[in-house]
Amino acid sequence: MQVRTEPRIVRYVLITIALVFFGLFLVLPLVCVFQNALSKGWVVYFDALRHPDALAAMKMTMITALIVVPCNLIFGVAAAWAVSKFDFKGKNLLLSFIDLPLSVSPVIAGLIFILLFGAQGVLGPWLIAHNIRIVFAWPGIILATIFVTVPMVARELIPIMKSQGTEEEEAALTLGASGWKTFWMVSIPNIRWGILYGVILCNARAMGEFGAVSVVSGHIRGLTNTMPLHVEILYNEYQSAAAFAVASILAMLAIVTLIAKSIVEANIRQGQK
Amino acid sequence: MSIEVRNIHKKFGEFQALVDLSLKIETGELLALLGPSGCGKTTLLRIVAGLDFADQGQVFFGDQDAQNQKASERGVGFVFQHYALFRHMTVFDNIAFGMNVQPKKVRPSREEIRKKVMELLKLVQLEWLANRYPWQLSGGQRQRIALARALAVRPRVLLLDEPFGSLDAQVRKELRLWLRRFHDESHITTLFVTHDQEEALEVADRIVVMNQGRIEQMGTPEDVYHNPVNAFVLNFLGNVNFFHCRLVEGKAIIGDTVLDVPGLSVDKPHPAKLYVRPNQFKLSRYAGKGTALKATVEYVNPAGTVVKVNLKTETGELIHAEISQEEYKHLKIVKTEQVFVSLKDVTYSEHLKNNP
Amino acid sequence: MKQKFVKKSILPGFSLSLGFTVFYLSLFVLIPLSMIFLRTSSLSFKEFLDVIMAERTLAAYRLSFGTAFASACINAVFGLIVAWVLVRYSFPGKRIVDAMVDFPLALPTAVAGIALTELYVPNGLLGKFLQAWGIKGAFTPFGITIALTFIGLPFVVRTLQPVLEDVDPQIEEAAASLGANRWQTVTMVIFPVIIPALLTGVTLAFARAIGEYGSVIFIAGNMPMKTEIAPLLIMTKLEQYDYTGATAIAVGMLLISFILLGAANFFQWLTSRNLGRT
Repeated sequence: MQVRTEPRIVRYVLITIALVFFGLFLVLPLVCVFQNALSKGWVVYFDALRHPDALAAMKMTMITALIVVPCNLIFGVAAAWAVSKFDFKGKNLLLSFIDLPLSVSPVIAGLIFILLFGAQGVLGPWLIAHNIRIVFAWPGIILATIFVTVPMVARELIPIMKSQGTEEEEAALTLGASGWKTFWMVSIPNIRWGILYGVILCNARAMGEFGAVSVVSGHIRGLTNTMPLHVEILYNEYQSAAAFAVASILAMLAIVTLIAKSIVEANIRQGQK
Repeated sequence: MSIEVRNIHKKFGEFQALVDLSLKIETGELLALLGPSGCGKTTLLRIVAGLDFADQGQVFFGDQDAQNQKASERGVGFVFQHYALFRHMTVFDNIAFGMNVQPKKVRPSREEIRKKVMELLKLVQLEWLANRYPWQLSGGQRQRIALARALAVRPRVLLLDEPFGSLDAQVRKELRLWLRRFHDESHITTLFVTHDQEEALEVADRIVVMNQGRIEQMGTPEDVYHNPVNAFVLNFLGNVNFFHCRLVEGKAIIGDTVLDVPGLSVDKPHPAKLYVRPNQFKLSRYAGKGTALKATVEYVNPAGTVVKVNLKTETGELIHAEISQEEYKHLKIVKTEQVFVSLKDVTYSEHLKNNP
Repeated sequence: MKQKFVKKSILPGFSLSLGFTVFYLSLFVLIPLSMIFLRTSSLSFKEFLDVIMAERTLAAYRLSFGTAFASACINAVFGLIVAWVLVRYSFPGKRIVDAMVDFPLALPTAVAGIALTELYVPNGLLGKFLQAWGIKGAFTPFGITIALTFIGLPFVVRTLQPVLEDVDPQIEEAAASLGANRWQTVTMVIFPVIIPALLTGVTLAFARAIGEYGSVIFIAGNMPMKTEIAPLLIMTKLEQYDYTGATAIAVGMLLISFILLGAANFFQWLTSRNLGRT
């Protein structure tokens, strides 16, 4: 052990630097959110949360997550199954396509749906003729959110499934199980923690997405506002305490996400024994 | 149930895994597929199980062509090298799995399943582990659970892929004997893959030696060990020394020395390669009747059931010999001493076409 | 011999799962994304250049890349220290710190944006200190860099951590037994192994920072030519219904992102080679 570590003074200096950096960049912003949220007292805080626009934004955010997360979950399981249990041509290309949304700026993610469904867009005239609204309405918010969060579940499942190989499925088949039973009784239980992990991350991003949603939402209060957009509007109207009150809910969501994430991580690590 | 494979071909990309391979395993037989890694033995086993597909050729169970039978319909018990226990299920649920996935109409009742699982746990002597998870078990325990799980569906044949490959030497020996005893009682047709010659020789009724996708030799353990048909089989089954020589009327001429070779009848003189097992040498302090190779002792290791002696002949060839402890006590040889080496027997001689 | 598209397998559901994957990906990702290139192809090259080379666009690109690069460099240093401390040392609260590293990814960017702004405005908690030194925090490129550093930190730490854990302890012991002192062991034995991973992490952080929007726009000040980042310029063009202009700027950003992604993959390949994996 002596060989593999630095002198005590070096250790302390490095730990101190890390903790100071950590405090400045991660802890202070978090504290700042709650401090500002309560700066005008609990009454203002709860009034901000109870405001009809705030409630509508929360509802919109929930609905978005409720649609987006299951869609991406099914996609994630299907993609991970195809990629990790079979050998086929073009697999690497498919993998980079799955990761593609992660390298696209959120603003561009919103822009592409405007180009597709907006008034000047490819399908715009047809949609207008049939009186269907996609952008500047809730379907646009959902599409943009799906785009941004497509890889979140698949990315977590693929390495887990790959490392598990196919032997357990083969064993189930030789024991007489059908393909469907093998999938539900062996494959899915084996990745249950991975699924939960992916869902947690996907949900956090779906609820918190700002840039992409901002482009396609149209910012119609009480209709197409999600919580992050509501925060922006309040902040830009100098209702700082109210903005931070809504933000504090999102910050708590982030903290819950982190706690759930570390619990699930511990379980995944144990499952790999 | 007998198993027969006919003219199996299998390629992985450019790699020929199996070349026109045919083989029959008789009902109730315990047969070992023995060969170096990459020789195609596991591929053959997986094709029999229906886990992999041959490019050409057929698999028969009894006289039934298995072409259209899925892995789940073949009634094989397959034991994987790394056990492949379901990690999220207890030992009990692992063993019960095969019965639980049967269609409702034929599925045994819960009570029957419980009885059967406990019976199997008793068979593999691990009753107290029923509620543990696979990761809480040792390697040897996992292997036995994997066996119990495969047996739970009353398979017609048992297929084992390197069943003891990743276990400690001690556990491996125990399980080997256990498998032999189990087979003696159950007489279930069993095919197992191994690269460990000792394992194959000790357990199997019959051994199939494979190399590069082909069968080199088939026979009883005694047969393949003592009468190898070629140099590969000889090399693979135990250590061996070889000499280039000329065979003349039952004698071998190595350099200037003429050696008696028992059990060798040759009509015409010809060059040959002589293969001799370490225990087929006789060492003595004096040149007796007939002639012997003069050699210097380079190394002696008496620790073990036999004494290992390395020798170097006058012509510079190295000999690895093994003598019994009694012989060693009698000879009392030490390093750098000179001894005379003669042959008690030869395992195999290969005719060479041209003069060396 | 003709190679088949898929290796035959006894596992079920290949065509179903692959079919669904490709369908879903095309519908929600590939077709929408292709709109960008479709739109650009309707432009002549000169028109494209006119947008890209406009002074305001160039200023936005410069600002975006400059601040993204600066934040990536800051994270290279401090991310390495944080990862090192988390893997190598034990101290009270280590588990909390470890879990909090992902905070920037879990926190909605808009929340991060307003919180950082509130901290760095001249009368904010940290802005006051900076003010005393004559530095302006919020509404300057410095403020943008701070927001991007916040966003990029997890990328560097999370790429480095597993690699640091995987460094074979025996190579350090070997170096020590060969007479290297600790500093030599760290710089000559450990760093060469982890540097590709550091580069991967820094490249990922850089790529993320270029496209970042939510956490930046509040702290940036958004003055054209001075503190207007490229994603915001796209937003502005959209609000003016200048779809073509917005698309052209987006194409420039996308190309850079893909190049960076390629670089990150290359560094990752180097890492796995260095760790002796195949």
